[in-house]
Amino acid sequence: MNPLEKLLASGAPILLDGAMGTMLMAAGLEQGDPPEEWNVLHPDRIRAIHQSYVDAGSQVILTNSFGGTRFRLEMHNLQDRVYELNKAAAENARAVADAAPRTVVVAGSMGPTGQLFEPMGLLTFEEAKAAFAEQARGLADGGVDVFWVETMSDLDEVRAAVEGARSVSDLPIITTMSFDTHGHTMMGVSPQKAVETLSQLDVIALGANCGTGSDELEKAIEAMRAARPDLLLVAKANAGIPQVERGGNVVYTGTPEVMAQYARDVKALGARLIGACCGSTPEHIKAMAEALEQTG
Amino acid sequence: MNDEINIQELPTEEILELMQEDLYDGLADEIVAEVKELLKRGLAPYEILSDGLIAGMDAVGDDFRDGILFVPEVLMAAKAMKAGMEVLRPLLAETGVEKTGTVVLGTVKGDIHDIGKNLVGMMLEGAGFEVVDLGTNTSADDFLAAIKEHNAHILGMSALLTTTMTYMRVVIEALKEAGLRERVTVLVGGAPLNDAFAEDIEADAYCRDAAIAVETAKKYMQIRKAE
Repeated sequence: MNPLEKLLASGAPILLDGAMGTMLMAAGLEQGDPPEEWNVLHPDRIRAIHQSYVDAGSQVILTNSFGGTRFRLEMHNLQDRVYELNKAAAENARAVADAAPRTVVVAGSMGPTGQLFEPMGLLTFEEAKAAFAEQARGLADGGVDVFWVETMSDLDEVRAAVEGARSVSDLPIITTMSFDTHGHTMMGVSPQKAVETLSQLDVIALGANCGTGSDELEKAIEAMRAARPDLLLVAKANAGIPQVERGGNVVYTGTPEVMAQYARDVKALGARLIGACCGSTPEHIKAMAEALEQTG
Repeated sequence: MNDEINIQELPTEEILELMQEDLYDGLADEIVAEVKELLKRGLAPYEILSDGLIAGMDAVGDDFRDGILFVPEVLMAAKAMKAGMEVLRPLLAETGVEKTGTVVLGTVKGDIHDIGKNLVGMMLEGAGFEVVDLGTNTSADDFLAAIKEHNAHILGMSALLTTTMTYMRVVIEALKEAGLRERVTVLVGGAPLNDAFAEDIEADAYCRDAAIAVETAKKYMQIRKAE
């Protein structure tokens, strides 16, 4: 049995992890440098971040591979290392999960290509599918338990990612979109439309991540729940809104208390897989773990 | 949708109105035909630009700002506008129409996201600005060189990632060091940004979306003229 299915069988809410990108910056990643390269340059630092989330109570950890398609790695001239960097990302998370005293699921993060599909842009469906397949192959060989397609705004791109991943592996797939524009994704997809379309794909859960604050994300979950009460929903909100401190550090306005309340709220709205996105830290996850425990 | 409409039989006023509808629907071929028809009737290129294309893009911008249209519709509208501009641009250059202003635009170093930035560029062009688009992954040096070369009034920077948005501060610091900060208005945008961030890095303004970017750019050009 897939470890994620094992967790789901309990019926209880499942706690995900928090941010990777903003944690990497705190660990010294320079502005504009590729986070995925750190999987091989600094595996110790990546594993330490995963470990801190496991220690905080995360039952699912996401690999450091969000920008791991060739389209995004190309900017850093790393497009020929897609397989290697994704495999290393999976291995880093796998090592931490395997050493944990309880079941920890490794989810292979797959973010958008950053390209627009035809006719608005140049990307074809087949090119996108091939790029996601390439990424998924590395993640699968590195030992992920599930593919995690996230922060999407275009339904065609989600479909390309799901079909690409499925073309190389039978592992379960989860997908979430970012509803950051007037309650829709940037490309104008409403939560209802997302549910209708994504539930037709070969995915075991779907939901919302990133976007703006947790209030907006809660609205998306509410709308998804209303559209299809039978589906497994994922909520992964940012820790508030980014602000820059003197000296250039980016801090988010959402305190651990705010995120604990968000975890309670989003659970009440029907989300089963609950985590956090940009700006969150193990401290936020710990507060969310305690909040979810209290609510039973 | 205009198969049944013969634009040659329409009064000029109605063609201009039709242009606004066709821009809204992103119909590039129709726009090109309408621009050519109006030129044939002797309308000044500038009139076609302002009463047809710019007026149409204003409506698109308003509905984008209000969440009625989203990126796909706006991109198709901008493509249609560009197709019309291709016809008008050489004629506008001949007649020496004054530009609204010059904008240097780019996504900052480390970031390849250019959907929002491209929208801003196309809509600024639609509003009569000259746009120098440096593309994605743009270094401070490249921004500075382009500002000097084109005597830009405005610098527009975009970033989608929390890991790249702070590079905007690096560019602004470089502008200060080069003594260019007073000369250019700095507008910033991108999903993780907000007003407080813009203020903190000492940009002039944060623009939530492309429509607001155009409004803000126009506003700053008016302030400059008044000075």
